[in-house]
Amino acid sequence: MALKGWARAQAGPQATAPGAASGRIESPVTVEGTIVRVNGPMVEIEGLAGVSLADLVEVGPGRLPGEVTGIRGAIMTAQVYEYTGGLRVGDQATSDRQPLSVRLGPGLIGGVFDGLLRPLARAPDFLSPGAFAGTAAHGSEAEFRPSGRVGSLVSGGAVLGRVRESLAIDQAIQVPPGIAGELRHLALAGRYAPDAVIAQVADVDVRLSSLWPVRRPRPFAERLDLEAPLATGQRVLDLFFPLTRGSTAAVPGGFGTGKTILLEQIAKWCDADVIVYVGCGERGNEMSDALSELRELVDPRTGRPLLERTVIIANTSNMPVMARELSIYTGITVAEFYRDMGFDAVVIADSTSRWAEALRESASRTGALPVEEGYPAELPSQLAAFYERAGRLRTLGGGDATVSIIASVSPPGGDKTEPVTSHTRRFVRTYWSLDRDLAAARHYPSVSWRDSFARDASRLGVWHAANGDPNWLGRRGQAMAILAQADRLQSVAELIGAASLPDPERVVLLTARLLHEAVLQQSAVSNNDAYCAPAKQAALLDLVLAVHARCLDLVGQGVHASELEEVDLSGAARARDEVGRDDAAAVGTIRDSILGRLAGLAP
Amino acid sequence: MIRAPVEYSTITSVKGPLIVVEGTRGDVGWDEFAQIRLASGEVRHGVVLEVDHDLAVVQVMEGTAGLDPRASRIGFVGRPLAIPVTEAWLGRECNGRGDPIDGGPPILSNVAREVTGFAINPARRDTPSEPVITGVSVVDALTTVVRGQKLPIFSVGGLPHLELAVQIAAQARVGDAPFRVVFGAMGITHADVAAVRAGLQEREAAGELVLIINTAADPVVERLLTPRLALTIAEHLAFDLGFHVLVVLVDMTNYCEALREIAAARGDVPTRGGYPGYLYSDLASIYERCGRIRDRPGSITEIPVLTMPGGDITHPVPDMSGYITEGQLVLSADAWARGIYPPVDVLPSLSRLMRRGTGAGKTRADHPAIAAQLYASLAQAQRAREMAELLGVAALSPTDRRYLDLGDAFERQLMTQGMAESRTIEETLERAWGVASILPQRELTKVSRSQIEAFYQPGGRGGPEPGGGGAPETAPGLGQG
Ligand SMILES: Nc1ncnc2c1ncn2[C@@H]1O[C@H](COP(=O)(O)OP(=O)(O)O)[C@@H](O)[C@H]1O
Ligand SMILES: [Mg+2]
Repeated sequence: MALKGWARAQAGPQATAPGAASGRIESPVTVEGTIVRVNGPMVEIEGLAGVSLADLVEVGPGRLPGEVTGIRGAIMTAQVYEYTGGLRVGDQATSDRQPLSVRLGPGLIGGVFDGLLRPLARAPDFLSPGAFAGTAAHGSEAEFRPSGRVGSLVSGGAVLGRVRESLAIDQAIQVPPGIAGELRHLALAGRYAPDAVIAQVADVDVRLSSLWPVRRPRPFAERLDLEAPLATGQRVLDLFFPLTRGSTAAVPGGFGTGKTILLEQIAKWCDADVIVYVGCGERGNEMSDALSELRELVDPRTGRPLLERTVIIANTSNMPVMARELSIYTGITVAEFYRDMGFDAVVIADSTSRWAEALRESASRTGALPVEEGYPAELPSQLAAFYERAGRLRTLGGGDATVSIIASVSPPGGDKTEPVTSHTRRFVRTYWSLDRDLAAARHYPSVSWRDSFARDASRLGVWHAANGDPNWLGRRGQAMAILAQADRLQSVAELIGAASLPDPERVVLLTARLLHEAVLQQSAVSNNDAYCAPAKQAALLDLVLAVHARCLDLVGQGVHASELEEVDLSGAARARDEVGRDDAAAVGTIRDSILGRLAGLAP
Repeated sequence: MIRAPVEYSTITSVKGPLIVVEGTRGDVGWDEFAQIRLASGEVRHGVVLEVDHDLAVVQVMEGTAGLDPRASRIGFVGRPLAIPVTEAWLGRECNGRGDPIDGGPPILSNVAREVTGFAINPARRDTPSEPVITGVSVVDALTTVVRGQKLPIFSVGGLPHLELAVQIAAQARVGDAPFRVVFGAMGITHADVAAVRAGLQEREAAGELVLIINTAADPVVERLLTPRLALTIAEHLAFDLGFHVLVVLVDMTNYCEALREIAAARGDVPTRGGYPGYLYSDLASIYERCGRIRDRPGSITEIPVLTMPGGDITHPVPDMSGYITEGQLVLSADAWARGIYPPVDVLPSLSRLMRRGTGAGKTRADHPAIAAQLYASLAQAQRAREMAELLGVAALSPTDRRYLDLGDAFERQLMTQGMAESRTIEETLERAWGVASILPQRELTKVSRSQIEAFYQPGGRGGPEPGGGGAPETAPGLGQG
């Protein structure tokens, strides 16, 4: 299956005829048809003999790209990825009968692309139809360093050479999946155009860039167990609701609760090799902001700008709706492409609700039966299939690599029982539920400790224990217990007043407040705190737990809770901002001085 | 550019605002603009919603009442609706179809632009990073408007959202750079239109204003065009001519209801609240037209105003808007009933781009920190107020009682302001510190120790009294609560 798909993709319309070194290439068969109906992005075409679902079609004089979404007798329904104004009945449509594919190869890292992976940097200020004309074919040349051995037997995933994308990413040029045989030819080191043939395997030409149908997951050798955490540098995530490398996380929350900022923080600071950031139906200003920040910020692990490990796919809310639906698949395909080189890749998608809405719009135009809030019945299976493309895998090339998926969900009215949120919740392993009240109180990130979950927490406890932090799980358990107890006490306090609670319980309330201010809150705009290293994270949580223990001790010795409540603990709340991003020792000093001050209250 | 229309006398059916024309095969494109000539000689306008074999479905803007299909003729102009763009729009008024209604000459230009516009390439955008100073303290201090931002006002019927929008449109400044206002009114009353004209008289006289007016009595379909006309003109002023432009759109709820009405007539699948599934994308095609573009000097800032049906912020109109816009300014019926103008509900309000547009060199170095401090303190003040309502003030700790005071002082000293009073950013920030200084220093963890040293006002009652910069007008809304 993969072989056939591959051969078809290779011969796609964007793969222009190679030069002298070319082997045999299935020449594309172009078929023609006539438009008989236009309703927005939905176009019906008569003719186009032999096309299949998901094939690329080009419609009208502007050759606008579209994809076949339905076939009824001689009539094809296509969804078009650009504005269809002016398209008429009788206009021509053509298809090479190849699945809609994206070009994968050098030149992606650091770039900004639309939902069809067309480079936005080379498009004009306003995206009128045809704005991308010619941009796809003119990728820049790349310096290829061959490393394969002519005459050897190779198969999908074998490395033929490398191209340095950035100082952070030295990209492998590999035999595409589905191709195997003798390496008959390998290009010499030098600069090559994206569609230049750099090798021949058996009878098949291998080019520097290759096409892959976005809706088809790229193959791998086997799935491996999830083990290690994906560290994000965000305390509430890493300490309380951690994510495993190769796993899935969803961030549901009403508007303004902090989804985008949280995703951007992860894109900047998580310890993955490659980030694919998909802005799916969101704001243009956010994309330009993210772009300029990634350009300025330095990756603490490589010392290079963060943009040098990032691919941005921007299909903003005012860009063609149907391309929004595609952009999610484009993003994951790019991530799988880097995974296949052995990298840990993360797809960050903001927001999957916009993808689901595009799906709904397309379904309603084709007359599919709406089942829940207008969504088609395929919504849950589509969501499940999307998240299933994450994983830790043995690649075809033998590497151990991961794709993690982190996606936001935008529930209408903040109602998390709506279809997209509730189905997503079933399919992800980690769920960071954002809380409107916390956000309104400017408690950021507004991750709710009641409604969120991390299904791999105990597994990660084992990993942390094996990697030098045996107390990780215990610390988490103790802090979660304090938060839960404080929630209960808070509702009692609202009835009888906090002053009427027993002293140890008032200490719990005091500690919970300190947990919020010193640990859970983390400002994305703080120099010292936007990223927090693991050791500082643990030190801050230890500080609060130590204060808690000391306070309980003191009330045990007869000190009144009201005395403790008047102690100036602002030093603890300020520590996260005032101490360097990995300065655990300085947090320890602050802890000791606070504990010392508390000790002074002892009778 | 506009070819002689191909005319048809084959209108075969009429349903709501829609008509079906036969025999159009090959001649008519989707989204094309059309002119319909009635037997009486009256001309109406339409847009092609669908072409299907030899049929075209056309939406008639002025409605189909009195349209006799057999006696009417329809011509298609070969392109989507476009309007002339030119600086000559400044100082003019037109209706939702772009026809002048101020008695002036027709507006002519050899450049015409399609009113639906095209998406700004996100990779060509410049991040908004300069403030628009509105002179309204609560806005400038806590939800600073940034050039290129879309920041709506969420209100409910009966609150002074129009007054606030007009005040902002009248007072807003961007340093010394030239500033223009395009005001689009959708489905509002004649009385409100008069208030807008009066409030913006100076701008109009100075040739800094374009007014596009679709009143409640005007055709519903034109309500869908009004914001698009406003933005098409604004794009020319900003991105071709280099002006900083503020686009005010009132009332987006009327706009959305018009969209729902048309969608129902078309038979589109309804989703929440009966609105079509494409409400989000449609609103985005309006809101996203603001911003800045690299290597072009101007900017478009948008302040849409909407009224939340039933005061419900989860209603689809505010909800979808909030998901697209860069924050929101929420008005409070409660504060208005207590006579406070502008009655802003601070905690649910937010300016997402504020961080970029405030601070050293923009407003003042301490601005982001003191704003964060006030937000955090006002949240605590609200918790204290709720607690006091449940258990009485006596049950509060001494610190929480200070928070209660802070909440009151905030409303009196910072928020309350006259409808014609414009405050400088320095005065606004002084007042902000005056309010924060009601708390003991140890509570101020969002500002740095050095900022406390520089701006804290010992005694805790610092900051000028209300109206220190010009007496506020009589408190509005008194007696209404
Ligand atoms: N970690 C954070 N630190 C500081 N401010 C934050 C943080 N998270 C959210 N915010 C604030 O909340 C606003 C809304 O966040 P955003 O991520 O855009 O929300 P959403 O995507 O859920 O609509 C931001 O503009 C910012 O002011
Ligand atoms: Mg967002």
